[in-house]
Amino acid sequence: MSPSPVVQQLVIAAVKIGVVVGVLLGLFSVMTWIERRALAFMQYRLGPNRTGPLGILQPIADGIKLFFKEEVMPAAANKWAFLAAPVVAVSTALLAVAVLPYGPPFTLPRLDSLPSGLKWLWPEWLRGRTGQIQIAHVDVGLLFIFAIAALGVYGIVLAGWSANNKYALLGGLRSSAQMFSYELALGLSFVGVIMLAGSFQIADIVDAQAGWFWRWNAFVQLPAFLVYFVAATAEVARIPFDLPEGESEIVAGFHTEYSSMRFALLQMAEYINMITVAVLATNLFLGGWHSGIPGLPSQGLPGFVWWGGKVSALLFVFIWLRGTLPRFRYDQLMHIGWKVLIPVAAVWILITATEVAIAGR
Amino acid sequence: MDAILFYVSAAVAVASAVVVIAQKSPITSAFALIVTLCSLSVIFGLLGSPFIAVLQVIVYAGAIMVLFLFVLMLLNVKREEDAPGRGGRTLRGVALALVTLFVLQAGAVLVGAPAGSAPRFDASTRRMAEILFSPHFLYVFEATSVLILAALVGAVVLAKKEL
Repeated sequence: MSPSPVVQQLVIAAVKIGVVVGVLLGLFSVMTWIERRALAFMQYRLGPNRTGPLGILQPIADGIKLFFKEEVMPAAANKWAFLAAPVVAVSTALLAVAVLPYGPPFTLPRLDSLPSGLKWLWPEWLRGRTGQIQIAHVDVGLLFIFAIAALGVYGIVLAGWSANNKYALLGGLRSSAQMFSYELALGLSFVGVIMLAGSFQIADIVDAQAGWFWRWNAFVQLPAFLVYFVAATAEVARIPFDLPEGESEIVAGFHTEYSSMRFALLQMAEYINMITVAVLATNLFLGGWHSGIPGLPSQGLPGFVWWGGKVSALLFVFIWLRGTLPRFRYDQLMHIGWKVLIPVAAVWILITATEVAIAGR
Repeated sequence: MDAILFYVSAAVAVASAVVVIAQKSPITSAFALIVTLCSLSVIFGLLGSPFIAVLQVIVYAGAIMVLFLFVLMLLNVKREEDAPGRGGRTLRGVALALVTLFVLQAGAVLVGAPAGSAPRFDASTRRMAEILFSPHFLYVFEATSVLILAALVGAVVLAKKEL
């Protein structure tokens, strides 16, 4: 006796959401620790190493501290907007996560040798079922992420505007200008990849890159990959594109007036966006869960290892950039966005389109 | 399920549209307009065209409204000033809206559109592209892009005193 298909779907969806959000939040807190330690080593310091072995418990200590801190709201702030801003930021960040595939499709084990007393834990309808850790299979998956990323900026803009603080407002202003400048380049960088795969579905794009690693889009579409990486770094406002925060110029930019858990939520949104960007780059340009060498397995557990390794490497690159590059000046930021990235991406689309038309795909 | 989603998003769209015109703070109006555009996008999605739904968010809510907000925040407009004779204008606006509603309803009755749900239309990405790039619409589509380019050049010429 198994539950109806609708109930099965709901249970599976709930488990997927739980796993994805749980792993993301865990990764967020671990990332804060790795980032601080790695940055410290790059700058010949030690970083947080007092809480637990190697300081690994630092994120938990930070979390407890942030929970018990006083919440301060400026008297002249726009109340509802000030409260809504972190919520908008986190919910858009988590929405974008829903359409990404995490690792290869897999088949659940049958576990026939399970003792009969424990059979109810692993019901018949779950055994041998195939699936993939992806919450929603949307036809236009890639465009959906792009749309949600476009909405993500409102969290920052709202935070900057509602605090009624000139530095916060400047941060919000910078953020909105930066986002719509780099969104164009980001969108154009996808086009070649979509044309080659002939689909908006991220899983299809990953499978189009099977085989040797030089068939990955990072090599086939090298200019698009470079444009994507620069534009995506700017979209998530990481150093060297962290002008919305710009602590040496405008205090702390858009989150100047935020404290306690609301500040933590804004940070969380930033890290989740960064992870989304890394996952997207892995899937679109680095062959996703494919090993890149025919013969080495890319399905099942090895696929997860390949995929996880690529995502972690990209996340480390973000930290590395932060430890290496100084912040851009505002005019340099606009110059790179409008006069370098967009023309390069547009010309590259023409080249790819010609190639696809000649090959008759 | 579809019906619930439709009524919720339609109600949100109408309510936030009212907020857009009723609010005096331009930034609040802009945020309400974003909510309207997003709920319209849900309705497009319910009509079976995720492509149009997503484009609605990317183009309007994502790109154009960010630009609007940027300008509003740059100019730091706190409150819209009352124009003289505001009361009369509100009345005329409501009257015009009612007339439009009446004309639309009358048109639907005259053309003989059946009541109830609209016929299902295949609005997938592939189908949209086929329609847009068919000989029927291709020239119109290309002409529009030239028109937008011309407007862009015109705006730059007007804004820059010296080129």
